[in-house]
Amino acid sequence: MLELKNVSFGVDEDSQKIEIIHNISLTIPDEKLVVITGPNGGGKSTLARLIAGIIKPASGKIYLDGRDITGLSITERAKMGISFAFQQPVRFKGIQVIDLLRLARGGRLDAADACEYLSAVGLCARDYINREVNNSLSGGELKRIEIATVLARGTSLAVFDEPEAGIDLWSFQNLIEVFEGMRRNIKGSSIMIISHQERILNIADEVIVLKDGVLAAQGSREEVLPGLIGTASAVKGCRKSGAGKEEGEAC
Amino acid sequence: MLKLDEIQKRLLMEVADLHKVPEGAYNIRANGEAAGRFSTANIEISPKDNGSGIDIRIRPGTKNESVHIPVVMTKSGLTEVVYNDFYIGDDADVTIVAGCGIDNCGPKDSEHDGIHRFYVGKNAKVRYVEKHYGSGDGTGKRILNPGTEVYMEENSSMEMEMVQIKGVDDTDRKTTAELKSGAKLVVRERLMTHGSQRAISTYLVSLDGEGASADVVSRSVARDDSYQKFDAKLIGNAACSGHTECDSIIMDRGRILAVPGLEANNLDAALVHEAAIGKIAGDQIIKLMTLGLTEQEAEEQIINGFLK
Repeated sequence: MLELKNVSFGVDEDSQKIEIIHNISLTIPDEKLVVITGPNGGGKSTLARLIAGIIKPASGKIYLDGRDITGLSITERAKMGISFAFQQPVRFKGIQVIDLLRLARGGRLDAADACEYLSAVGLCARDYINREVNNSLSGGELKRIEIATVLARGTSLAVFDEPEAGIDLWSFQNLIEVFEGMRRNIKGSSIMIISHQERILNIADEVIVLKDGVLAAQGSREEVLPGLIGTASAVKGCRKSGAGKEEGEAC
Repeated sequence: MLKLDEIQKRLLMEVADLHKVPEGAYNIRANGEAAGRFSTANIEISPKDNGSGIDIRIRPGTKNESVHIPVVMTKSGLTEVVYNDFYIGDDADVTIVAGCGIDNCGPKDSEHDGIHRFYVGKNAKVRYVEKHYGSGDGTGKRILNPGTEVYMEENSSMEMEMVQIKGVDDTDRKTTAELKSGAKLVVRERLMTHGSQRAISTYLVSLDGEGASADVVSRSVARDDSYQKFDAKLIGNAACSGHTECDSIIMDRGRILAVPGLEANNLDAALVHEAAIGKIAGDQIIKLMTLGLTEQEAEEQIINGFLK
């Protein structure tokens, strides 16, 4: 279980302090899939980076399974069981897909195991295992490999920062299946996904809406989703019911 | 029979991956003297009359054979210049493994300057691997100044892999190549310098015949206070294609100068150069740290991959 208590974070810009996260408290419970959503610029990715330890809060505390991890490094948090899938995965010249999966697994990983993780994200393992994680991979391929590294880690908390960004429609279908599979096998772990996608919201146990750096809503999917007026999913929902006459029209 | 001590054997492993006497033709030079030599039916190795080096003659049509010509030096203060000439017959397809390892535990500089000349026959295919390695904790420098000249006949191809990862204090490498029509040259250089090492690598490739092509790529890492210069010039004298690339990582106080040069003397010469120098990207380190590696482990993995 991950807990954030009164966490704030800001940056200095043109000698002005801009607060991105204001006094947020939230919980990612065990064996739950929690989706964080909300408008762009609301602080979602910042929140994910705070959890992974890439940035440190100005105030507040972060606990993993009851232990204060606020002052711990990225490495220490990773070793304690936090995985993080980047919104824009990093490329490495010379490092092959199997190398990255081995590093993620933290030990021996034979080709058959590597294939399993790659197949789970819809990549034909044979074609990819020896590919370099460099510019020769498309954004969608890279994204799926990024998710495969999180699968390979098999940690107690997996954080995905907008996994749908940069993925084409065909791949997206596959991605949903990956998360559905992770949801089915969630025993002993928990998942946090930052997403705008209705189909990802639909598999959430809990939804948290982050707007202007504060929690605008928090609760079960059934409680929160109907309140997301104005979001793409809500607009689509009301179009289906005939309330809006034209695409994009508010309802 | 080979007479090598343990240090020489270790150097042989580093530069030529040799655990025992190699298969095929070989010439092993240790501390300035021949420690072993073997010719095959198709590959003849003979000393030059003036004793300045060896001639390696590969018969036309020789297929899938290899030649190993490693050099090891363990005496401090030894300086030598060796000329090795390779005559590769038409239609041959061979692998040549060279390399030099110096272990210098003494106060005097040790230097090996290997001058290799390759005469590559028509339609011949050559894969050339050259590794340089230095060890020993003496105050004397380990110096390697290889000179490589390549003369390529019509439709021949040569793939050169040059590696210097560790322990060589000073290197001034000069490589020149002349390509006739349809000849293809591929160079992959990997270099890492550390401490106060200095490495200079100069290429001058002349594409003289129609359809000739060259691809010269260097990947390098300069750590600590080391300095590198990569100077690659391609000259297009015919309808040809050439590409040169220098891709470098700098760390600590390392410095790198990349001087790509292109000269087109024919309207249909297509020449490209790329050069990039920079430190390891912060997000690469962060990504590997999120997999549980420390910052230092992450750096090592990134460099290992980069130089692989």
